[in-house]
Order: sequence, then structure tokens, then C-alpha cells
Amino acid sequence: MHPLLATRGRVTLYLLAWLPFGALLAYLLVMTGGLDWLPAAAISLPLALFYALLCLGPWYMCRVLPLAPSQVPKLLGNHLAAAIVAALIWIVLAKGLALAMGRSYFPRFDSRFSAQLPLLFGLGVLLYLLSVALHYLLLSVETSREAETRAQEARTLARESELKALKAQINPHFLFNCLNSIAALATVDGARAREMCIKLSEFLRNTLKLGEQPSISLGEELALARAYLDVEKVRFGKRLQIEFDADPLCDGCRVPSLLLQPLIENAVKHGIVGLIEGGTICLQARCGNGRLHVMIQNDFDPEAPAAAKHGLGLQNVRDRLRSLHENRARIDTAVSDRHFRVDLELPCGAHV
Amino acid sequence: MFNREKIVNEAGPNLRAIIVDDEELARLLLREYVESTPGIEVLAECANGFDAVKAISELKPDVVFLDVQMPKLNGFEVLELLDGGAAVIFVTAFDQYATKAFDANAVDYLLKPFSLDRFQKALERARQRLGNQLPPATELAAAARPPKQYLERVVVRDGARVHIIPVGRLDYAEAQDDYIALHSQGKSYLKQQTISSLEAALDPQRFVRIHRSTLVNLERVARIEPYAKDSRVAILTDGTQLPVSRAGYDRLRELLGDTERRA
Repeated sequence: MHPLLATRGRVTLYLLAWLPFGALLAYLLVMTGGLDWLPAAAISLPLALFYALLCLGPWYMCRVLPLAPSQVPKLLGNHLAAAIVAALIWIVLAKGLALAMGRSYFPRFDSRFSAQLPLLFGLGVLLYLLSVALHYLLLSVETSREAETRAQEARTLARESELKALKAQINPHFLFNCLNSIAALATVDGARAREMCIKLSEFLRNTLKLGEQPSISLGEELALARAYLDVEKVRFGKRLQIEFDADPLCDGCRVPSLLLQPLIENAVKHGIVGLIEGGTICLQARCGNGRLHVMIQNDFDPEAPAAAKHGLGLQNVRDRLRSLHENRARIDTAVSDRHFRVDLELPCGAHV
Repeated sequence: MFNREKIVNEAGPNLRAIIVDDEELARLLLREYVESTPGIEVLAECANGFDAVKAISELKPDVVFLDVQMPKLNGFEVLELLDGGAAVIFVTAFDQYATKAFDANAVDYLLKPFSLDRFQKALERARQRLGNQLPPATELAAAARPPKQYLERVVVRDGARVHIIPVGRLDYAEAQDDYIALHSQGKSYLKQQTISSLEAALDPQRFVRIHRSTLVNLERVARIEPYAKDSRVAILTDGTQLPVSRAGYDRLRELLGDTERRA
């Protein structure tokens, strides 16, 4: 269906746009053919409106024959043939109308009008070709708009799947190292092996469960962080020290799920792992005036270049906060001597 | 079991192994497996790369179980600093690029957690390859690096001392026969490596080959001056003068043009 025929309003507008052409046609007939005004107008109006409809035809052909440099001769041939056919139909109709008018109200009109048929034919071909050009223009505008919409949709989808991937990801390196620790403990200390199995399962189960929800309470998020660090503590032993200092009043704050997790994993991966003697991870949470403030700090080896790679996980957290809270949340990092520190500040959200 | 023991007996004296892993439990598991396998004994355990380089050069083991991810020096860097002679079995939890590189270079490896059976099979293969030359460590490390990631530091051994040079502090490198001389903050270090392999490992936006035998840190280049017909010299921020070939000058100009356009 031609887009101009889609609504009644559009059809009306389109036909109205052709009225000046009808007037022009009548003027031509009067001036060059010496016809009287009244019959000239009487025949021009229906002819213009009829041709208006014929000139919608190229839409179908333009869609089948897209513009391409290699196709030029074929395109020209096809459209020219169509233009000739359309103009012939038009003059046949004109001839018919003229005959009918000649027989009734306007004697001898037909013979004088017929002399104008070549002019009408030429005009018809030109108009049709003009319509072809306009249709190509219309189609190209439409395609580019569609492409833009598709690109927009693709970007949104990519963004969503990216966020999803960032959130629910369980670090395989962590997982396999844990399983290896369990394998090692199995023969020497069965009870500890079992304990680690249970801790790891709890962490995995909670990650899967909480990751499904868009937002969770800070209490849940911190419990997950603690479960994670408990497991890592088995792996690293004395090399990992943990200092948790969270105000229980903040537990009810709503936070995007697994927001802190990548930061805590970074603290282990880029901090503790690089230190022969290990180090400390501090986590602090404070709230007040509807704001929540979380601080995560870890020791790191200033000589290890890996410290610079904090980047990706941090960027993800930053992106998530921006898309959720825009300017109402901030995240800052500070590097001093042997410490890497991340400060998060965001709206505390509704209490549960 | 019968077959395996037979092979062990034919092989004669015990294999001497060193275990390198920063996680205590991982070392524990390896030691347990070694102890349950006849024909092999543990010489030493190391919890980091520095200790490993030292222990391996002093004790000259037959086999090294080498963890990839460790503090200070990772497994690849340890391998780079060894003289060779020991069969190396890499041990890693998860690293898709590293395992691909191991497969491609016929390097033995174990994926944590592994079974005793898998451990013994790897050991068997290592025993058969005993004395074989390992692939060059720098090339193995390059193959194990994820695409678009470049070297962040260069490790050099100077007798018993290990130097770690972050690439930001590397001024330039010169080819000298089979070695390259690495110049950093007024000091120079010799390393057995080709200049092309170093060039391939470094970020091409930061290091440019200005001459067949010279690779320079772009940030250190203060200016370029004509020297003779068809040749130029690069003058570094510390005053060092380095020859620039015609092709090197083209590369330099292209890169500087690029940075100007970006800025």
C-alpha cells in the first residue's frame, strides 16, 4: 500500500496539491488550443485528478528497482516504458471524455481538443518521470530513517545484554581456583573441604538469585560480598585480611544488584593476588540524609602494572550508576602509596 | 598402573621437581600428587615468581610445575628468566588464551582442578620431552596474551638479580647480535631476545622502530634532525642521539601525524 493512500487525510492533501496542475492544464488548453475556458476547466480537473492517481504507480516499481549505478539502462528503460503507458492511458481517457463532452454540452469540442493530445502525451510522460524521481527520493529518506531506528534498537539491545553480562557473570578463574582448593582439602581436611563447598554454593546461589533482580537491599549485597570474601579467605589464607565496617542502619537501602561485586573482585584480583605477603580489603558503609556512601579500599603492589586494569570493572559500575541515577550518583577512585580506594555515593532509595 | 611403573623404572633415577604456586592449597595438592607418583620427588616449593627463578637456577630441577597467575612475576615471566633445561608443566585455573598458546606450542599444562591420572599423564609427556628445547618464552607469552593487549613490563635477569622494567620507563632498545640492550633511566640491561619480537609485543602506538636495530619510546623523542644525505637522527629528551633510517622516518612521521590528528 502506498504511504500516501494510508489515511484519508493524506489522500485529500495529495489530490488538493494536484489542483494547481489542473488549473495550469486548463490555461495551456485555452492559450495554445484556443479552447473556451469552461470546457477546458471541465476536462482539466478530472484529468489532473486521474493522473494524480496514476502518478502513484512508480512507488511499486521504484521499490522493485532500487537505484544502483550498474542498473541505470534497465531503470531508464523500465520507467520510460511505464511513463509512456501511463501517458497513453491518460490521453485515451482524455479522448473519451472529450468525445462525451462533444456529444452533449460542447459541440465541436472534441475535434479542437484532439489537436492538443500530443501536448498532453508529452506532459504526461514528463510528469510521470518527475513522479519517479520524487518516489526515489521518498524511498531513500524512508530507508535511512529505518536504518537509523534499527541502529538505535541495536544499540539499546547491545547495552541491555552488556549490562546483563556484566552483572550475572561468575568469574571462571575464581570458580576453578576454588574447586582446586576443595580438591586439595578433600584428603587433608575433609571438614574444611565441606565447609568451603557450602560457602561456595551459598555464594553461587545468591549470585544467581540476586542477579535476577534489578535492585536489592544493601544488606543482601553486603552478605554476598562477605560470602565471596569468605571463600577467597580459604584460598589465600593469611594473605587476605578483611575489615568490614557497615552501619546496620544502611542495610535497608536499595542498590542495583551486584553493584559492589565487581569492585570487591577487583580488590582481590588486582590487589591481594599481586602481593606476596597479601594485604587488607576494607569495606565501609554509611548512610544519612537519603544518601548512601560505600568505600572499598585494598592494598596493592604499586609496581604491578595490573593495578591499572581496575578500569573495566570500574567503568561498568560507573556506567550502571549513570544509567540509573544520572547525576545523583558518583564514584571516585583514589590511589595512594599502597592503597587503592573507591568511593561510591548514591541515593539510599526507599527502605524495604 | 603396571605400564606406568615399568616406564618409571626404565627411566632410572628419580625426577626432581619444583612446585611454583602462590596458593598454599594448590601447592599442597601438587605435593600430594607427586608423593603418590613413583619416580618423582619434590625439591622445593615456591610461592612467588622471584623465589621460583632463584630456586630453579640454583637447584636445577628436571620438572617445574608453574602457576601462570602469581604476584610480582607471572609464569611466563619466570619461564623467560630461566636458562632452560627443566621441563615445564604450566598449571592454570582458567585462561582461554594461555591454553590456546600451550596447545599451539606443544607445551604441557594442567587445568585446575585436575585428577591424579591427568597429572601423571602430563608428567609422562614431560618426561618424554625431557631435554627438548622449550619454545622461546617471549613468543609463548605473546601467543598467550589476549588480542590487542600489549606487554606492560619487561623482565631481565642479571646474574641472580631480576629487573622489572615497566614499559613506560623503557627509553629505547637496541639490537646487539643475539641480544637486545634495553635502556631505562640511564641504565642498560641485556636480554636475549630479537628486537622484532620485542617490537611485536609492545604497543605500536607507543614504540616505533626507527631503524633496523633500534626501537624507541615515542614519548622520549624530543626532535628529529637531518644528519647526512638521506639520513636523520632522533634526539631523545635526555640528549641521546639515535640513527633514523628512511623507513623509520616514514613510520615516525605517520605515527606523529596520527597523534597530532587525534589531539
